[in-house]
Amino acid sequence: MNSASCAAKISTQPFSLNPTSPTSHDRPLVSPKPTSLFLGSTRKLRLSSSSKLNLHRRSGTVVAVSDVVKQKKSKSTHSLLITKEEGLELYEDMILGRAFEDMCAQMYYRGKMFGFVHLYNGQEAVSTGFIKLLKQQDSVVSTYRDHVHALSKGVPARAVMSELFGKTTGCCRGQGGSMHMFSREHNLLGGFAFIGEGIPVATGAAFTSKYKREVLKEADCDHVTLAFFGDGTCNNGQFFECLNMAALWKLPIVFVVENNLWAIGMSHLRATSDPQIYKKGPAFGMPGIHVDGMDVLKVREVAKDAIGRARRGEGPTLVECETYRFRGHSLADPDELRDPAEKAHYAARDPITALKKYLIENSLASEADLKAIDKKIDEVVEDAVEFADESPVPSQSQLLENVFADPKGFGIGPDGRYRCEDPKFTEGTAHV
Amino acid sequence: MLAIARQRMLGQSFKKILPAVSVLRSYSSAAKQITVREALNSALDEEMSADPKVFLMGEEVGEYQGAYKITKGLLEKYGPERVLDTPITEAGFTGIGVGAAYYGLKPVVEFMTFNFSMQAIDHIINSAAKSNYMSAGQISVPIVFRGPNGAAAGVGAQHSQCYAAWYASCPGLKVLSPYNSEDARGLLKAAIRDPDPVVFLENELLYGESFPVSDEVLDSSFCLPIGKAKIEREGKDVTITAFSKMAAEMLEKDGIYAEVINLRSIRPLDRSTINASVRKTNRLITVEEGFPQHGVGAEICASVVEESFSYLDAPVERIAGADVPMPYAANLERMAVPQVEDIVRAAKRACYRSVPLAATA
Repeated sequence: MNSASCAAKISTQPFSLNPTSPTSHDRPLVSPKPTSLFLGSTRKLRLSSSSKLNLHRRSGTVVAVSDVVKQKKSKSTHSLLITKEEGLELYEDMILGRAFEDMCAQMYYRGKMFGFVHLYNGQEAVSTGFIKLLKQQDSVVSTYRDHVHALSKGVPARAVMSELFGKTTGCCRGQGGSMHMFSREHNLLGGFAFIGEGIPVATGAAFTSKYKREVLKEADCDHVTLAFFGDGTCNNGQFFECLNMAALWKLPIVFVVENNLWAIGMSHLRATSDPQIYKKGPAFGMPGIHVDGMDVLKVREVAKDAIGRARRGEGPTLVECETYRFRGHSLADPDELRDPAEKAHYAARDPITALKKYLIENSLASEADLKAIDKKIDEVVEDAVEFADESPVPSQSQLLENVFADPKGFGIGPDGRYRCEDPKFTEGTAHV
Repeated sequence: MLAIARQRMLGQSFKKILPAVSVLRSYSSAAKQITVREALNSALDEEMSADPKVFLMGEEVGEYQGAYKITKGLLEKYGPERVLDTPITEAGFTGIGVGAAYYGLKPVVEFMTFNFSMQAIDHIINSAAKSNYMSAGQISVPIVFRGPNGAAAGVGAQHSQCYAAWYASCPGLKVLSPYNSEDARGLLKAAIRDPDPVVFLENELLYGESFPVSDEVLDSSFCLPIGKAKIEREGKDVTITAFSKMAAEMLEKDGIYAEVINLRSIRPLDRSTINASVRKTNRLITVEEGFPQHGVGAEICASVVEESFSYLDAPVERIAGADVPMPYAANLERMAVPQVEDIVRAAKRACYRSVPLAATA
């Protein structure tokens, strides 16, 4: 049918710029519809590890990093990249993310949760792979798909669930909601509804880390910031502005692209002139790395390198994680545009199943251990729901609170007088 | 607009203003004169010297010494780490400022004019103004956005809009607009020390104007309260509210003693001062440079009608810029911005000194 035209289409795509085997990707995967043929060929490209190696070679400046990843990949097994404790920690975190999101869907359809809810099923490897390497003082900036980032960063499941229910015990006392998770304690800086909005904020947090070290002379300040965002965001102006400034000022930040191929119903390939996002890094003078985001161990290796670079003061990194969301964009999305074959293909690459298989095959954990973790997480999530259910809704007086940090607002301090009249307010002003 | 009015006033009646003004002030008569530019520069200098967390960011603030020379000398003094020349990336660097403010640094972000802030308005509103509320008090944003606002001279439609009404309608922001050097110094210092996001609307035409200041103003811990208007001139016939500009002096000649209120703070609006004044004079005229619909004057008029209706002897009037994008031709530009004659006419209408006209300026 359209295989000829599709082949023609494909050959003009940058994906097929494969020096070793230019024709191997012209044959699309078996799929009836033209659009999915198009996607199918991309999938084939992504699947074959040889193509990935070639992509790595093309990733520009920092060949060293991608070489490391390449070498590790060339070994047939991961040769025990993790210890048992680490493995169980990763497994538990991913199961928590998955169970929590599934429970969110249930609660939404029961009417306990409302508004916009965006679930993270399928992408857990990215969150776990990156965030579990961070310290408490490192920051994470996310988008509206932020429940699992919050959980990985350490915000208790109870607090997140209550926030989603709109209760006063939530992490933002019910004032933020699903899309605006903030936690000062865990350095989770949101939670932004506008795509691309979090990227400059994350860059600012990284700037603060550098400023503290260099100007305020807190010599040991090596906090790193991670900015998570999607493929659609990579066409937004703010993304490029921040790649430029982060590289220019060598900020300790890692830009993590969760490329799940879809921005609501807009396929990444329909929206982007050059779909290989990691290539945009070297254009700004930072390494761009592509990694299989359905494999938590690979993500973790890349993350170690990128976070290490940032901590040593070598500047930013752009990491593109190829991943997939099993559910629709949000719970209101009927998800009709995505091809079931594509979904089935990625479902077969479920990161949790993959990690489980790895742990068992390498004798790092037994079935029983993992089942125990499953059970424990079920209880945690159930408890979170109960807690949220029983929590009170915010009181009326909470409506007008927290508009300003200034407790009474309007330049009036807690003692009821104008702050500028308070000598302590004007303390510390040097004579110039 | 007001600058033009002021120039006229300066030429004709400056000598008359000085004694009147100094009588109103409680300190001794002014010793020194400084320009608004010097006032802003010294305020920034002192705040940066007092608190190492304060830093400046914006286009041309460093090596160019500031697009309007407000940040002159600060790069040499504080170094490139604290005075950052940014690329032309309003959305990007405003967001970076907000992210830094989340962590307790105190950025002062300069927009070359507030027209360019429209490229960054997402960050000013969504990530700065709303964060304290969305995070239930966990994350406060001690940031200042400053720059020239409103019409300059012959710069055309895209460089002449007044953004006071836009920013003042958003909860979570404080919006300040200074008039003279004292206002500029005091309000900028208060803004930098304030733990919330502040939009600081300056005026390009006033940068070069000199105003007398007392020694108290020149002290490095001088600060003005946010949310308090100033009665620049007391009167009894009509209340005129304005920000960034004044025109009352002309009226004295015609026998109308207007009480002129310099708003200083657009958000929060000092409703109590305005209402107290209206209850005294029973008439109100609001003057502003921006577009009339949904403007600052609309808010003040509504507020006065809500709170002091029974005290009003005449309908409240608002004088605003023309409801058109700013034209370029000099005569048209003059017509698009309120002039002294418009204010005088309105005051006379309010005081029933002339036949009321159906259509205002």
